[in-house]
Amino acid sequence: MIRAILIFNNHGKPRLSKFYEHYTEDTEQQIIRETFHLVSKRDENVCNFLEGGMLIGGSDYKLIYRHYATLYFVFCVDSSESELGILDLIQVFVETLDKCFENVCELDLIFHVDKVHNILAEMVMGGMVLETNMNEIIMQVDAQNKMEKSETFIFQSTRQDR
Amino acid sequence: MALKIVKGSIDRMFDKNLQDLVRGIRNHKEDEAKYISTCIDEIKQELKQDNIAVKANAVCKLTYLQMLGYDVSWAAFNIVEVMSSSKFTYKRIGYLAASQCFHESTDVIMLTTNQIRKDLSSPNQYDTGVALTGLSCFVTPDLARDLANDIMTLMSHTKPYIRKKAVLIMYKVFLKYPESLRPAFPRLKEKLEDPDPGVQSAAVNVICELARRNPKNYLSLAPLFFKLMTSSTNNWVLIKIIKLFGALTPLEPRLGKKLIEPLTNLIHRALDLLYGMVSKKNLMEIVKKLMLHVDKAEGTTYRDELLTKIIDICSQSNYQYITNFEWYISILVELTRLEGTRHGHLIASQMLDVAIRVKAIRIFAVAQMATLLDNAHLLTGNMQRNGICEVLYAAAWICGEFSEHLENPMQTLEAMLRPKVATLPGHIQAVYVQNAAKLFSTVLKSQEGSTEGTAAQETSQLMIDRLPLFVQSANLEVQERASCILQLVKYIQKLQQKEVEVAEEVSALFAGELNPVAPKAQKKVPVPEGLDLDAWINEPPSESESEDEQPKAIFAKEEPKHSRSRHTEVDEKELARRREARKQEQANNPFYIKASPSSQKVYQESPGVEHIPVVQIDLTVPLKVPGLPMSDQYLKLEEERRQKERADKKKKEKKKRKEKRSGRGRRHDSGPESEEDITPAHMVDIVTEEMPETYILPTPDNRLLTMSSTSIFLFFFIEQKSSKHKKKKQKKEKEEKEKKKKKKHHHHHRHHSDGGADESVQNGTVEDEEPLPVSMCLTLNHKVCDIQGNLQDGSQVVVSVIFENKCDSLLKSMEFNVLDSLNSKLQRPEGSGPHDGFTVPFQLPPGVSNEARLVFTVQSIVMPQKMKGTLTFIVKNEDSSIHEKLDFKLHFTCTSYLITTPCYSDAFAKLLESGDLKCSSVRLEEVNMPFHHLLARICFHHHFSVVERIDSCASMYSRSIQGHHVCLLVKTTVSIDAKCDEPTLLGNVLDEIKQTFSQC
Repeated sequence: MIRAILIFNNHGKPRLSKFYEHYTEDTEQQIIRETFHLVSKRDENVCNFLEGGMLIGGSDYKLIYRHYATLYFVFCVDSSESELGILDLIQVFVETLDKCFENVCELDLIFHVDKVHNILAEMVMGGMVLETNMNEIIMQVDAQNKMEKSETFIFQSTRQDR
Repeated sequence: MALKIVKGSIDRMFDKNLQDLVRGIRNHKEDEAKYISTCIDEIKQELKQDNIAVKANAVCKLTYLQMLGYDVSWAAFNIVEVMSSSKFTYKRIGYLAASQCFHESTDVIMLTTNQIRKDLSSPNQYDTGVALTGLSCFVTPDLARDLANDIMTLMSHTKPYIRKKAVLIMYKVFLKYPESLRPAFPRLKEKLEDPDPGVQSAAVNVICELARRNPKNYLSLAPLFFKLMTSSTNNWVLIKIIKLFGALTPLEPRLGKKLIEPLTNLIHRALDLLYGMVSKKNLMEIVKKLMLHVDKAEGTTYRDELLTKIIDICSQSNYQYITNFEWYISILVELTRLEGTRHGHLIASQMLDVAIRVKAIRIFAVAQMATLLDNAHLLTGNMQRNGICEVLYAAAWICGEFSEHLENPMQTLEAMLRPKVATLPGHIQAVYVQNAAKLFSTVLKSQEGSTEGTAAQETSQLMIDRLPLFVQSANLEVQERASCILQLVKYIQKLQQKEVEVAEEVSALFAGELNPVAPKAQKKVPVPEGLDLDAWINEPPSESESEDEQPKAIFAKEEPKHSRSRHTEVDEKELARRREARKQEQANNPFYIKASPSSQKVYQESPGVEHIPVVQIDLTVPLKVPGLPMSDQYLKLEEERRQKERADKKKKEKKKRKEKRSGRGRRHDSGPESEEDITPAHMVDIVTEEMPETYILPTPDNRLLTMSSTSIFLFFFIEQKSSKHKKKKQKKEKEEKEKKKKKKHHHHHRHHSDGGADESVQNGTVEDEEPLPVSMCLTLNHKVCDIQGNLQDGSQVVVSVIFENKCDSLLKSMEFNVLDSLNSKLQRPEGSGPHDGFTVPFQLPPGVSNEARLVFTVQSIVMPQKMKGTLTFIVKNEDSSIHEKLDFKLHFTCTSYLITTPCYSDAFAKLLESGDLKCSSVRLEEVNMPFHHLLARICFHHHFSVVERIDSCASMYSRSIQGHHVCLLVKTTVSIDAKCDEPTLLGNVLDEIKQTFSQC
């Protein structure tokens, strides 16, 4: 099971946080800080898996992360998940974002965190992996966006495309 | 009512949406908390309105604030309201908010049961989907109990999209309401065989989670999972199942046996992957790991598999990834220690290949082979049964052929004449005998040169003593060679007794270097004048005759068809056919080195190439380690070498940085105020917001790398408004790109003015009246690398970017960032995080331009690449500042990896004949320009140099930063035949050339 999915930038600013376990807002912030602290001090060429921080469950949990440009994508998972599988999932996630946002960059995530959530919801559901096929994910996301567009007022839609 | 809606809509226009909120927060760094608290007040107002759109917008913003750590549970009821909207857009916002902040003790959750039930049964699959997703995050025991039945029904929904979600959420339901497991399980099990892979995967997921908690209960599913494991292609499912079996096997030992086969299949697949994964950098490491596995492997089949894989990996694409052949020889020698391998001949052929083709390695190889011969008894313990003694074939041949490199030829000679050799297979003995003769000649030469005459005679005596053993051999080849050589040596001995110096003449027997010959070598030997190879020597038999003789004649089948017109004129077709037949024959003839397919055309037409080609692989070998090699040594040395390089580089950079820092101090730079977040390291720099009085160009020391002589330019002009004054000869594609960028930029800017903050009006006018054109001129250029010393760094690309400020405001805090791809990475300045943006070390007052350089490391250069990036900067006016962002693409063409390298025609010819180059050609349509213009254009745009020009064609050459050779033959008919050792690279370069000419 996946316990949390965090995206933050090189300075530790959260860009997306998705907890599949309940924590108070304060704890969530602490977890983000702790995770950032753990992940950011690691060298480029070391392993992408490490033990989770104390707040998120300690050594029973693993942090699996990838660092893309200015962003860290971190998945906190228990021992039922394969590290390489999750690493691959992160790649699928990022590639999907890249397709959906056309050249995704940090700013896209900053301004459209809701869209990122919607994409993530097609991949992971309640801490379990729902879909790993990028084409399927994009198809479902697109279909929902289309539906949304057909519902939205014209003046709103002009406001929403960034 | 209608009025109300209109009024609501108008209200909405003045609301902040999520983007405005985010922007506002970013613009209020100093008093973020205060700003957010006003925003929350606004949101509270919005939530009080009746308009659901306004509410949804407010809830959307709350979701964002929740991520920043603000408690938004007070709005729980409003969230439920938004969830209940009939519009999917709002429903989704509501469910997202709920999933982010609802939990078991949220009391309004009780109110949602009916709404969720309604959504679950909605005719719109996405309403259902959104509800399931939300529910998976905040399901409580009550909800689980009340909705378990509804969800169970959904597990058989017609849409796979719903089915997979329903299946997956069942796990959460089981956790909260365990009683539901028993009734739901049969259906869940059924879903393991669902036709949709997504549903299947979800079912596997759920059962694996369940089984992890209590494996015993799921043992009965093992056969089903076994079937899935062998049939599924979904990696995710495979991983899950293997994990599950990991939990099940301790309970059922028989399972382990069954799993061996599919699991080894998976391992083999992994080995195949390795093949594609290796690079110059990791080859040694990977092979080291594989060698460990070889040592540990139990079955010989698996060990042999590993062995062939190691050799495959190392030898692929002409040893492309091997940087140190001493290491490779050592690996091969280490592999000979494998017991019972069937692949002795494979190792042997590799040894021969490398020793022949890599001249520089011969001394080392010979020393290694001598050691092997010396220790032959270790290999031949039970030689007849295992194939490893095949390596002695290679060892003996190498020691004989390159005997001049032997340190102690006498010792090797003795080793080759040991009686035990007679137990080796015949063909190996034959090679031993022949090469003993070669060695003998070398030994004679050295002994005659020295003072003692008797030594030479003793050597002859040794031969005469030992050879009779081989003369008696049952193997004809051995016997024949041995008796020939025995007689020869006896004769030599006679001469020696008369004190005649024979060494010169004996060595003449084996004189001449044996070089590998290219497949086309024969063709390059000119046909003597007057000799017509296609003419008949005798009159061809008549048709009737041939028919009569058909059954007897060997070639009869082919003859009749052509016999008539044959000897006067031979038509083209026939010639082609014969050529083909000859090629076939050559291909089957071991004395020809095999041709690479389709490389013929270029040779035929390339002018002035008369040489008999010789394969040249000159690889300098930097290291020499005496003694029996351990491949690990090389790995260590290699690491040390790389580390040292890194350290050197770092040192240099540090130095530069220091200088840079002091330079900055002088300049009173206001420092890079990074996009938004300030880390302590940056803090020191941010002293003042003021614009620098004068602008000082960065000194050359600030530059990351000095430019090489070759460079090409890529222009990106990015402007906000229609560029009437820009009538540039730019290709359409780029213009389109531009427009896109413009558009993006535009939007972004407008948002800003929407921002509702004080500057909005002003910005609006600024934007309307005066465009803010920013022109970026990107220069791509490459560092020429010393390939000999340092193969790894033939991978740096330097990009010079000229920033020009065309607006009336100061531009500052420019940060340049690129999304690294697997293949290309931006080299960040030392001190910043590995993926930080590159802070442009200057500010741009209005009208000023300056240049910054970025270094990229590129791994593979065979494909062109586009890198996406963003430039963020702050536009500072007198009383406001705006954050701006430009998206851009960096296009690394394959051309940009080429370096103009002069090449002499004879070297060029040799290169063409080497047979290592792949061939390709292209026609340029509608090019009307003088030939020399055409050539000049290729030289200029694509970094080629003209090797030779003869009448209607010209040969051109260029070299990539990683040392690929690219050869062109350009004809006035504007066709280009090209050759390169990397077909992909060649294809791309040709495409680019074609494009260059399609633009003119």
